[in-house]
Amino acid sequence: MDTISHFFHAIPFDLIVIQTVNGIVTGLILALVASGLTLIFGILDVVNFAHGELFMLGAYVGVLVVASTGSFWLGLLASSIIVAIFGAVLQIVTLRPLIGRDPLNTILVTFGLSLILQNYALWQFGPIERKIPEPIQAHFQLFYLQYPWYRILIAALSAAIIGGFWLYLKHGKFGVWIRATSQDRIMAQAMGIPVPWVFTGVFAMGSAMAAASGVLFGPLGGVSHTMGLDWALKAFIVVVVGGMGNLGGSIAAAIFISLLEAYAAIWLDPSQAVIVSFVVLILTLLFRPTGLFVATPK
Amino acid sequence: MTATPLDKPVPLSRPLLTHNAVFWIGFGVVMAILIAAPLVLSEFWRRFLTEVLIWGLLAMSSDLLIGYTGMISFGHSAFFGLGMYGAAGALIAFSPNLWLAILFGLAGAAGAALFVAYFSTRLRDIYFAITTLIFSQIFYVIIFTWTPVTGGENGLIFTRPHLSIPLLYDARFTSTTMHWFVLAVVTASYLFLRRLTQSPFGMVLQSIRENEARTRAIGYAVKRYKIVSVLLSGLFAGLAGVLYAIQNQFAAPDFLYFITSGDTVIFNVMGGVGTLVGPIVGAGFFQLMRELLSRLFGDQFPYLIPLGVVFIVMIIFLPQGLLGFARRWLNR
Repeated sequence: MDTISHFFHAIPFDLIVIQTVNGIVTGLILALVASGLTLIFGILDVVNFAHGELFMLGAYVGVLVVASTGSFWLGLLASSIIVAIFGAVLQIVTLRPLIGRDPLNTILVTFGLSLILQNYALWQFGPIERKIPEPIQAHFQLFYLQYPWYRILIAALSAAIIGGFWLYLKHGKFGVWIRATSQDRIMAQAMGIPVPWVFTGVFAMGSAMAAASGVLFGPLGGVSHTMGLDWALKAFIVVVVGGMGNLGGSIAAAIFISLLEAYAAIWLDPSQAVIVSFVVLILTLLFRPTGLFVATPK
Repeated sequence: MTATPLDKPVPLSRPLLTHNAVFWIGFGVVMAILIAAPLVLSEFWRRFLTEVLIWGLLAMSSDLLIGYTGMISFGHSAFFGLGMYGAAGALIAFSPNLWLAILFGLAGAAGAALFVAYFSTRLRDIYFAITTLIFSQIFYVIIFTWTPVTGGENGLIFTRPHLSIPLLYDARFTSTTMHWFVLAVVTASYLFLRRLTQSPFGMVLQSIRENEARTRAIGYAVKRYKIVSVLLSGLFAGLAGVLYAIQNQFAAPDFLYFITSGDTVIFNVMGGVGTLVGPIVGAGFFQLMRELLSRLFGDQFPYLIPLGVVFIVMIIFLPQGLLGFARRWLNR
């Protein structure tokens, strides 16, 4: 009994609350990245290896716009729009010729894109980390910490973007087209939906979501040319754990994994806390290879 | 009963040389060039050619998966890196013996390959590619953070073992003998893999690539075949890692990073998947372009931008790669 009570005593309650908040904040940013990825996969059948690089590119555009205009919100908006247009162009130039070919080709092409973008960023912006200044300086008291309101705002904003997007999918005209295309591509085309443009639009939307999360994350961590891979990897884990192409599943998985990593960081070094998400992935592959948050296929 | 002459169609005109003869003549010519090359080339290009062969071996090992079993691995850096670390560990902890290094390197790679094979082969296509990528990243994190054993960020440095054949030969490696040694290993690996892909086992792998469901329906244990093919592929990738470690006398965590896996896939696609020699040609093409670009525009030039563009253009317009035209012929 003594050891058990000692164990419970050793759990620092305040740390757990703080890490829960942290986990939810990063989880919602991650959910924003992952829902772009899972959307592109669900509709286009494309695993976008360049998604992390779009995230990074968004952050860099944010850095530039914020530096020149001084307005964070303008940066967020401009970055989303610019990267969305860029994503649409990329899709038209590189992915459209591959429609109807083995989906593995698209992995290779997006992988090539990620190489180009990453090296372009290194060449253009150099290896030194950039920072986006926080738009809100206010803090509130969380135990012994001065917790920045900005983090709460990010979480709310990410949730709002995902929610807005979900409503759009449900009720918007283009959203209905997207759902129709994901259900039956050929039938949708027969009904007069311009499927190639739906693909382009979806890729642009996914890019915009990646860019927005890049700008939102900018003030938390630095902006560097390698930030893309870390986030892309996490997003891949989330998407596999949540069930590929399943929007709700990946949002749940994003928060779940971020919480686990945040708790693990209480006891482990942050660089080792990553292993926790790997373990979740392995366990998922072992017992629920179709994803944790989807109904078991009959 | 007499055999009817119609059982075997008589060819109207016999070709001058059989396919086999042409293949082995071509093989002999290429080998002669590669054997003679270090005698003519300068020190820099000699090392360059040796490294191309090592990268070629790595790419060839992944071709067994991409080109023959139809699974794209984005995690070959793990096998390559663990081969490196296995060799380095054996050389530092035990005796500086070449064969011991190879043995431990292969054991390291086999360990990683078993792990990846067991879990990743549960998934197909894209999912397989992503999980191999994530697994290689696990090994990267472990090697990178386990500083007391692996040297962390700095890696391991060791002295190169002697080139020794027990009781027969024992001498220091020179860059020329290193080249010949690497060439011998790569050639032996190529011949083994070529034989393997033409064996009944290799035929099953190719039928998994063509139609997995049907292969399973015929009665083959698809999963077991996949595991063995990942394992074999990992072993050869580990062998490449051992060679690279011995050539450069260090093991570094950078080589476990995603970049190495990505390069491996690029070599394959550029050279032509499903040809075994294509990936070596792809590695040579890639490294030559890289060298050319950095000589033309300076070391700081981001050579991966133009090479990335070439890569994408090739996927769209030349998906068979440089040697794709010879694919059928090489596999006959």
